Amino acid sequence: MSKVHLQIDGKAVEAEEGMTVLEAAHHAGIKIPTLCFHHELEPMGGCRLCMVELDFGDWTRLVVSCVYLVEEGLVVRTRSEKVDKIRKGILELQLAHAPYSPQLNRWAEEYGADRNRFVQDASFCIHCGLCVRYCAEVAQKHAVGFIDRGVRKEISFIPEIAARECNDCKECFPLCPTSYLQAAFVLTESLAFPRNGSAKAGDSAESAS
Amino acid sequence: MPQLRSPDQLDAFRQELSSSGDADTPCISVCAGTGCLAYGADQVIRAFEAEIGKQGLAATVNTKGTGCPGYCEKGPVVVIYPEEICYLGVKPEDVPEIVTRTIVEKKVVARLVYSDPDSGEQAIRESDIPFYKHQERFLLSSNTRIDSKSIDDYLAIGGYTALSKALFRMTAVEVVEEVKKSNLRGRGGGGFPAGRKWEGSRDAPEEVKYVLVNADEGDPGAFMDRALLEGNPHSILEGLIIGGYAIGAHEGYVYVRQEYPLAVENIALAIRHAEEYGLLGENILGSGFDFKVMVHQGAGAFVCGESTALMTALEGRAGEPRPKYVRSNVKGLWNRPSVLNNVETWANVPLIINKGADWFTGYGTEGSKGTKIFSLVGKIANTGLVEVPMGITLRDIVYKIGGGIPGGKKFKAVQTGGPSGGCIPERLLDLEVGFDELTEAGSMMGSGGMIVMDEDTCMVDVARYFLHFLSDESCGKCVPCREGLRQMDRILKNITEGKGQDGDIETLEDLSELAMDASLCALGKSAPNPLLSTLRYFRDEYEAHIKEKRCPSLLCKDLVKYYIDPEKCSACLICLRKCPEGGVVGAKNMIHVIDHEKCTSCGVCFDVCPDRFDAVVKYSGEPVPPPIPEEQRMIDRKKKKDHEQSPSAN
Repeated sequence: MSKVHLQIDGKAVEAEEGMTVLEAAHHAGIKIPTLCFHHELEPMGGCRLCMVELDFGDWTRLVVSCVYLVEEGLVVRTRSEKVDKIRKGILELQLAHAPYSPQLNRWAEEYGADRNRFVQDASFCIHCGLCVRYCAEVAQKHAVGFIDRGVRKEISFIPEIAARECNDCKECFPLCPTSYLQAAFVLTESLAFPRNGSAKAGDSAESAS
Repeated sequence: MPQLRSPDQLDAFRQELSSSGDADTPCISVCAGTGCLAYGADQVIRAFEAEIGKQGLAATVNTKGTGCPGYCEKGPVVVIYPEEICYLGVKPEDVPEIVTRTIVEKKVVARLVYSDPDSGEQAIRESDIPFYKHQERFLLSSNTRIDSKSIDDYLAIGGYTALSKALFRMTAVEVVEEVKKSNLRGRGGGGFPAGRKWEGSRDAPEEVKYVLVNADEGDPGAFMDRALLEGNPHSILEGLIIGGYAIGAHEGYVYVRQEYPLAVENIALAIRHAEEYGLLGENILGSGFDFKVMVHQGAGAFVCGESTALMTALEGRAGEPRPKYVRSNVKGLWNRPSVLNNVETWANVPLIINKGADWFTGYGTEGSKGTKIFSLVGKIANTGLVEVPMGITLRDIVYKIGGGIPGGKKFKAVQTGGPSGGCIPERLLDLEVGFDELTEAGSMMGSGGMIVMDEDTCMVDVARYFLHFLSDESCGKCVPCREGLRQMDRILKNITEGKGQDGDIETLEDLSELAMDASLCALGKSAPNPLLSTLRYFRDEYEAHIKEKRCPSLLCKDLVKYYIDPEKCSACLICLRKCPEGGVVGAKNMIHVIDHEKCTSCGVCFDVCPDRFDAVVKYSGEPVPPPIPEEQRMIDRKKKKDHEQSPSAN
């Protein structure tokens, strides 16, 4: 596979052809924040936190680095006034759902995001889709999926599959940035397939932790 | 019907079709589009058939259910050929008179023809009616001439000549070049040059390619594509086959929303007929070119009009756009080169091939060529579909074609481009309609929705409506759109409810910038348009709502209070009886007053108060006068009458 040379934040970076800008940056030790990226999964390009600015001399372009592929001679800025403003805005919107997510709060501090800027919403799922995609693409169980659309969209376990597959797996649990996934699982379990014929809240909480 | 195996057989068959029908044979064409059907056009068609049978004219008169002629305001529309007599608002009971007077006696039924609302001047022929006179109807004119379910009708007016020409007298490259030269730009919203899109797919190395029709028309109040699909489905099919030939595709898909049952029916029928005639399938007209078309019914998501979401849905998955930086004409449906064009774009292709790119570029502006169909709706006298040359001014569309604003109201703005378009104010009415011109004014061409608003329209409420629509239709995949629109919708709702705060406008502007810069697809990127354009041209209305808690258009329910003017109230009891909350206090001969404890500002009293009294008044941003004291509410009818009759009492 041939090598591609690009510049990220002023640093000369060598990458493999077919790599994304995000991967190239991470390989070079340059951190780009992201909520929906996972190295084992197809990029979703949904959280938009990994946006970077491409510099073409007389014009620039904003792209999501988890999807954009490296090109020879590409000049990438992972921080700029525009990029930082986008990240601050996205974090503020996400914090309206999960104001106490440790990960969101760490970035909020870095980008000056105010977690109380917007009216908070009851659901603390931030729709990164890591659980849904991991279950489909890696675990290949399809036990959790998205239902509905847009502002009403939420994750939901499919009871028939979850009852069969989840207790021995739970590989998606550590991926959730807000712990909403665990809550959704416990709720599904206690409503749809309580073990030993009745919900054992203690058990579930233990396995979820 | 044997398959047509060569262009000569096609021509011979067409000859046969046109010689069998006498040009002087009367033909009654009744619009059978969705709008007129809702007005009862099917009963009108049945009435014509029955009456013609009854009068023994069946052998000499044709009756046709045709596509939409566009004048939806006056449906059901009936046009009688060859005289082209146009009757509007026809009811089944008018039919015997039309048959007797017009078909038999060759006279006009004056009460059914167009009559100018101001001068009373009548126009008998369709082309003399002001609504039609200023249009340039290359795409829509065929709608009334053919039975939309008949391929023979389409062939008789020259259908599939462009296909024959492309297949036998042009190379695929020449077809692409002709479309490029015509500078035909995408009619679905983007305005991307179709020829360049085609060329990209043609040049892509993959063997399997696709051509796709975007018929997922989801804009509120827009029905251009529906009218074409319902009225003249073969024109779209012909364009699509030519496109397939040009780029080297052998499969095409029509993605049409299932909420358009008649369009689905007619396009599916058109495909079947074309297959039977050898105009689709293997070895079309003996040219060696194979092409097949499938219909896919969408499930009603607005976002599926976006190209990548449409393709994802076609692949059988949830219709969400995909993030990618390779154009879909290179990697599209199933990752193969796919040319996706809108219904109207495809319908233009046979015209361009037949008449040439030079003819096409003879209409329009520097950057926008040909004609464009708009659905003219809202506060406008003549609601309907209009096809106009690019470059016509908005003023001409609104006043010359649309007949202006009804009810003597003042024009305020026109919203173009569908929900993600913008509102254009009165001072820009002389703007020439074109892709770039509309974008510059903060709106867009979009697919051709055109909603006219009058002085009673609150622009903050308009922005709230569209942002709510878009938030509801967001697929939810990316944060700036899903969460950004959710917050914008919430803030706008607050403003219209009188809960706006200082800083709201700035927050809205911030969220707009974020959505435009960072959204995944065009839905999110263009969603702020209705907000930003109304902020640009009507900022004072936002400020009045936020700072003075006043709705200048007296529309926002929570900012409007009602008051009954005691000088004008005649104690007629109408509003008292109609108030759903029992919030009007009064009695016979007792001036009515509103109990503001009970009033929900629903406006029923305002609507029902007879024009001759006009006693109910709206207040916004200022206190409502106190109710007239109880002891002064009794009306002395005799005294009041004397008072009215003697001018000196003033």
